[in-house]
Amino acid sequence: MHKPRLQLQASFDIAHLQYLDNQGKAIQSLPEFATPDWLTHCYRQMQLARLVDDRAVKLQRTGRLGTYPSTLGQEAIGIATGNALAADDVYCPYYRETGALLERGVTIEEILAIWGGDERGQNFQHSPSDLPICIPIATQMLHAVGAAFALKQRHQQEGVPLQAAVASSGEGATSKGDFYEAMNLAGVWKLPVVFVVNNNQWAISVPRHGQTATQTIAQKAVAAGIPALQVDGNDVVAVAWAVQDALQRARNGDGPALIEAISYRLCDHTTADDASRYRSAEALQQAWQWEPIKRLDRYLREQGLWSDAKQQDLDRELATTMEMALGNWQTRTPEPVTAIFDHLYAQLPEGLYEQYDQLRDEQQQGAGA
Amino acid sequence: MGDQQNTITLVEAVTQALAFELKNNPEVVVFGQDVGANGGVFRATEGLQERFGAARVLDTPLAETMIAGVAVGMATQGLRPVAEFQFMGFIYPGLDHILSHATRMRNRTRGRLSCPVVYRAPYGGGIHAPEHHSESTEAIFAHIPGLRVVVPSSPARAYGLLLAAIRDPDPVLFLEPKRIYRAAKQPVPDDGEALPLDRAFVLREGCDLTLVAWGASVKETLEAAEQLSASGIEAEVIDPATLKPLDIHTIIDSLEKTRRCVVVHEAARFGGLGAEIAAQIQEYAFDLLEAPVQRVTGYDTVMPYYQLEGAYLPGVERILAGARTALEYSRCEPGSSISANALSGGEALP
Repeated sequence: MHKPRLQLQASFDIAHLQYLDNQGKAIQSLPEFATPDWLTHCYRQMQLARLVDDRAVKLQRTGRLGTYPSTLGQEAIGIATGNALAADDVYCPYYRETGALLERGVTIEEILAIWGGDERGQNFQHSPSDLPICIPIATQMLHAVGAAFALKQRHQQEGVPLQAAVASSGEGATSKGDFYEAMNLAGVWKLPVVFVVNNNQWAISVPRHGQTATQTIAQKAVAAGIPALQVDGNDVVAVAWAVQDALQRARNGDGPALIEAISYRLCDHTTADDASRYRSAEALQQAWQWEPIKRLDRYLREQGLWSDAKQQDLDRELATTMEMALGNWQTRTPEPVTAIFDHLYAQLPEGLYEQYDQLRDEQQQGAGA
Repeated sequence: MGDQQNTITLVEAVTQALAFELKNNPEVVVFGQDVGANGGVFRATEGLQERFGAARVLDTPLAETMIAGVAVGMATQGLRPVAEFQFMGFIYPGLDHILSHATRMRNRTRGRLSCPVVYRAPYGGGIHAPEHHSESTEAIFAHIPGLRVVVPSSPARAYGLLLAAIRDPDPVLFLEPKRIYRAAKQPVPDDGEALPLDRAFVLREGCDLTLVAWGASVKETLEAAEQLSASGIEAEVIDPATLKPLDIHTIIDSLEKTRRCVVVHEAARFGGLGAEIAAQIQEYAFDLLEAPVQRVTGYDTVMPYYQLEGAYLPGVERILAGARTALEYSRCEPGSSISANALSGGEALP
């Protein structure tokens, strides 16, 4: 049988980055940014994210919060990403991002408001250019590309330093056209945008191998002609290095990048989900051995940077922070019902006056009844 | 483009409006498939890349979801993106971004971010194009809260309304009736004067019948009005122009005089804008009506390939038939209606 002679046209490699192994041992020297202060800050924020998640799930279970997507086990990715962003960068988060939002200065009250059914939570008073959390899958990646275009144009027209946009997603999102189209345009237009994929092995009930036949998620960037790196997503130092490096290149005008951060969703998809229906207790138990907080705890203690006394202080401090935020959230003034019209357009069109009045009157009659 | 009085076509008016805004607002960017060197498949962006540079007039890769989504990101960060979909029939991959994001960003963030994007698309039938190039699905979009749906029907309105759409702080779907892209010319001074959105235009005054039409159907509707006039029936012709939010007041004001109404659109009838207009008329002006509101529309079928599109599209004859039904209808004593009187004399309508 004839076998034609073929010539190799392209080939690719996907590298993997890890600093701290499963046991919290440094397998290579840490980058300069990983100072004791930085490490303990990340540790604190990861613990805070876990606490917020824990309280949010309990609030949902007791009927005081709506559906909530926990980040349990994936705290390193959010904290490292949020930490790497500069104030003027634009963050385009997906919905599972409690840690990253906290690092961006989004308040616990705002996070609780979002999942408590109050749009005011998306106000992000401390990061006003960031996009709100995005619930439709992968759409935020295109918004990040558009934001990156705007940042690049502002840089070129006004001479301000080039800033970057970052979009986050899960690995399920990489099956969508939006993901490919975003990477594709970002590559063609060489835009300052970084895509961070939290490969937590599960898109609700569908496991990683049910999403794609590719060996890695990272290699999907190869098709768009943009660089990619796979990192240990439970290693906060590795994620931080990857995001910082990609952001630096983006800000230097070298274009986009994709980061695949491998973790494991230790929680249900959301509080509306029961993961025991589709994954084994053994697999979950095994994944707990890789989780990011314990790993960093071991490293910090090994380095003499952490102790039981410090942990007790931190637990007290975080509990106080959480209780204050809960109190603020619970005593928040409710929005007037007419708020549903107030931000539909910049100015309410005349054709909607009648509906606006109807709603207001219904509310007033209800209050009077 | 144009002569000394700047007499131009509708598509040239689109180009003129884009150029005016590109020139006067550095935040405006124009992008889409083939809008650069090629000037767009209908030449709506002719010469713009040459004039304003490839950083502001950009060809995109071929992906409509991307075009819709990137515009959202741009708009949230202070730009005024004007995105072109090559044909309305290819807009649907982008619907997610229009419906789920562009129209919700202001509300979702309680006013923190906004989305002043214009999505342009040539729409409608009658140019003997392949499948998917001729649909009129404005009703799908008019159903979306937070969106504006604008359709010009003349060069002057294309210019003035597109300026207004680009300057508007909220998302606008700007549908360009490609059948009349080059059907007529009129003087359109390049003065940067926008026309008001959310306002209907009375194109012809009359006191016997109100005809409501937009886009390319305005042409046949005005022709029908002229034929009616020849037999003594004076029709008022109203172009809503902004289909959402709809200026029903101008239509109701007209019905105060005419008491009879026909709505004309190319789109399929079921759930079309004609249904919304008829519903609002009976809600607000039931007692004014001397006849049920008539809908003269495309059929509730798939838009046919071009051999049969002439049979699908509402032409002058179908509009006149709808007008006759509205004029001849009488719910009162015989003879109490002016039009019934006019008809009882055996006068032939055109």
